[in-house]
Amino acid sequence: MYSERVMDHFTNPRNMGDMEDPDGRSQVGNPTCGDIMEIAIKVEDNRISDIRFKTFGCGAAVATSSMVTEMAKNKTLEEAEKLTNQAVAEALDGLPPVKMHCSNLAAEALQKAIDDYRAKQNREG
Amino acid sequence: MKKVYMDNGATTRTHPEVLQAMEPFFLENYGNPSSVHGFGQEALKGTEKARDEVKKLINAADPQEIIFTGGGTEADNLAITGYAMANRERGRHLITSVVEHHAVLHTCEYLEKEMGFSVTYLPVDKYGMVSAADFREAIREDTILATIMSGNNEIGTLQPIKELARVAREQGVTFHTDAVQSVGSMPVDVQDWGVDMLSLSGHKFHGPKGVGALYVRRGIKLHPHIHGGAQEKKRRGGTHNTPGIIGLGKACELARKNLPEKEKEVSALRDKLIKGIQDNIDEVVFNGHPEQRLPGNVNFCFRYIEGESLLLSLDLEGIAGSSGSACTSGSLDPSHVLLATGLSHEVAHGSLRLTLSIFNEEEEIDYVIEKLPGIVEKLRQMSPLYQKS
Ligand code: FES
Repeated sequence: MYSERVMDHFTNPRNMGDMEDPDGRSQVGNPTCGDIMEIAIKVEDNRISDIRFKTFGCGAAVATSSMVTEMAKNKTLEEAEKLTNQAVAEALDGLPPVKMHCSNLAAEALQKAIDDYRAKQNREG
Repeated sequence: MKKVYMDNGATTRTHPEVLQAMEPFFLENYGNPSSVHGFGQEALKGTEKARDEVKKLINAADPQEIIFTGGGTEADNLAITGYAMANRERGRHLITSVVEHHAVLHTCEYLEKEMGFSVTYLPVDKYGMVSAADFREAIREDTILATIMSGNNEIGTLQPIKELARVAREQGVTFHTDAVQSVGSMPVDVQDWGVDMLSLSGHKFHGPKGVGALYVRRGIKLHPHIHGGAQEKKRRGGTHNTPGIIGLGKACELARKNLPEKEKEVSALRDKLIKGIQDNIDEVVFNGHPEQRLPGNVNFCFRYIEGESLLLSLDLEGIAGSSGSACTSGSLDPSHVLLATGLSHEVAHGSLRLTLSIFNEEEEIDYVIEKLPGIVEKLRQMSPLYQKS
């Protein structure tokens, strides 16, 4: 059902866990099946220097979360914002059609974490 | 890697003796049971012996009350649509329950939407059980048929079929039960239960796939679904699936001979697994009825985690189970059965069903109890819902 890459990220998720004092964070829910994903980022010199995720969802949701954190790490905010669901799914060697919606969470959570960081900056600046 | 199969509610391993019994009907007695010649007559002898075995397992009065079908789903469809269409002049109201298998639910919905029937869907309590009082109240002047399952495929709850059938009889309503999960794993007696029709399926109790049967009490009128031949007394057209029917018969014979003992053994394994899970994992929700339960059914929800992730993780340890999680359903809706018992969408997400058969062994139970807590913990560590609770 899943590609080897998906299973790899599912079994050994990268960047999974909590983060103390994140610079930006988000939680998004998936209306399709009720899954939830959280992302926390640290930003240094406009780059994502550290990133963590937590996911309540299926194998595809866990793998896309893991993959998106791996892809976003060390990218500038502008570069990270350009990551699409499609790109994440492709990096995982594809997802079954019924699971494509699971990848929506990942890019959305990343974007919201960046938005949250910027909102904080604006408040502080 | 160890391989532990605990998805017997989905399908079972074919019993070697079943396969053995079937083989000659592929290679030697391959005639069509409807043919006049010797080849056909040998095959016919086989199918009629099988019919008798089905009859004995469920204690029907007469082998002619057994119609062979292409499985449990077809048996349900034939019972419900076949009866409704043959009796629609007497009334157009049907009664079923919200926890039925889709083979029953979708058939009822079809009759409702396309054929002008109205259907009452009885609610269930937190164990997934229908009440006879609710049933009695739902019966109307124009009710012709009630269809309530014997044992629930997801949570294992046994319905009070005898009591429900009595109410139906008193009110002149024909009563069908989908006994696909019960037949072969516990005693089923159509006369003692007092049911008019009953569906069963071969592959749920070590018979082959693609063959089942519908018991229809003598005197009950049905319209056939599959037109085309005089087979099964014109109630089901199409050349007989002879090897399949032979296999079903053999599975019935084995079940009848082994039942009392095997039912006890499987129930004991089930109870050990239930206890092992409850003793070793926190924040679990036990689903279904504690006593009125199919011998092989174990069903839990593990809070804060999702079922498909759980199945994948178990599979990596060689353990096969199933889940009612939205993510595993294909339709992306959580199990209608779990929701009907009052669980929230979120809790239903973390459901795991492990279903046992006569081929499971005690050390497999130990293996699952050893592996499962670590898997649940790992997934909880990953869950954004866990810490916040
Ligand atoms: S997150 Fe529910 S199906 Fe993937």
